Amino acid sequence: MIPFNFTYYRPDSLEEAVRIHSELTSKGLSAVYYSGGSEIITMCRAGSIRPDAVIDIKEIPELKSLAMDESCLRIGSACTLYKIKQSKAYPLLALACGRIADHTNQCRITLGGNICGTIIYKETVPPLLLSDAEVTLLGPEGKRTVPFSDVFDGRIHLLPSELLVSAQIPKWALSAQHFHIKLTAQEKIDYPLVSIAALIKDNFLRIAFSGVCSFPFRSQQIELVLNNKSLSISERAERAASLIPEEYSDRAGSAEYRRFVFKNAIEELLEEWENG
Amino acid sequence: MVKYEDKVVVTLDINGEVHKAAVRPSDVLLDVLRQKLGLTAAKPGCKNGDCGTCTIIIDGLPAKSCLVLAVEAENHKIQTVEGLRGQSPAQRAFVDANAFQCGYCTSGFLMVCEALRQNYPTYPDEQIVEEWLQSNLCRCTSYKEIRNAVRLMYEYKT
Repeated sequence: MIPFNFTYYRPDSLEEAVRIHSELTSKGLSAVYYSGGSEIITMCRAGSIRPDAVIDIKEIPELKSLAMDESCLRIGSACTLYKIKQSKAYPLLALACGRIADHTNQCRITLGGNICGTIIYKETVPPLLLSDAEVTLLGPEGKRTVPFSDVFDGRIHLLPSELLVSAQIPKWALSAQHFHIKLTAQEKIDYPLVSIAALIKDNFLRIAFSGVCSFPFRSQQIELVLNNKSLSISERAERAASLIPEEYSDRAGSAEYRRFVFKNAIEELLEEWENG
Repeated sequence: MVKYEDKVVVTLDINGEVHKAAVRPSDVLLDVLRQKLGLTAAKPGCKNGDCGTCTIIIDGLPAKSCLVLAVEAENHKIQTVEGLRGQSPAQRAFVDANAFQCGYCTSGFLMVCEALRQNYPTYPDEQIVEEWLQSNLCRCTSYKEIRNAVRLMYEYKT
């Protein structure tokens, strides 16, 4: 049970959703865009947020669509992880979606919720960073389309009342060789100790991480090390581990243990990439 | 646009029947099913989306009803164990395979299995079965019997 009430809005269009959010916040009320709802309901129940209004956006057609156009795959932010996984349109993202929470929750959690929520394990982020994806955002001042990496640096930076509409994945990434490794301390469905996504472009390994520290990231420094074939696989893994941008420990594993698991996973990945 | 402030009467399509309930916008579907509509098959467990005892089917896919608002379930097709009417292949298979001990998790498992059967009319890869079942916990650890029940379910026609 959620121990307080809020006003529930289900707008028919994107513009209406943004207008409601903007009007409410200008009156000093707190409003949240609501899609799959799992994080918002959980946080309301626990009392860690207390929104005055939830704006349910998942029925808005543009947000539900997943379609190819001439140059890219466009994924609406209210597409569920299950839909993205089943479509297999972007195989690396499909693999990442299949390892978030559990299957039943994947049927509710959405791309936008995973990116914009407060949970630190944002497994859909690495495949977007690696593919040079763009995102379309709509705010009271209008629509903008920007490289995802311009608005994401550990968390997404949105303008007031701005809504994530869609992500656009360039076509080359949809058929590129890729690797995905998610390792947990106990159950397969747990949050990751180390989660690695990699995409090959022009024989260059692009790599991004989640779980390793308190935010997902892509590291060009780590990429340069891992692509330096004059070093042995274990030397590269060792150096990459020393470039992790944050010491992060939680109950699932200490920073030291994470580095150990990270290094082994990198070795396994390089072995597979180089030796098949 | 829909806007609900205080109590509102929602119309829900549950097991092919029309149900009406007076709810607050912040009421979760699990509580409304159990407390307002007397449909007590979905069980409250963790109420945090982890255990799966409250699993129902929405539009053909499993959903944890503790993580759904009653107001957002309008215009969607909901199925609960009550709708299986005691004779579904999943229910018969669970009985015949002895796939429970205390039975608390059974409603949730039945709905995952029923949704699996609706989405995969023939027995799918073991990996898919495992993925779907991983959403639910059984603390009596009847997992092996539950896996057997899934296989048996596919042998029962209706």
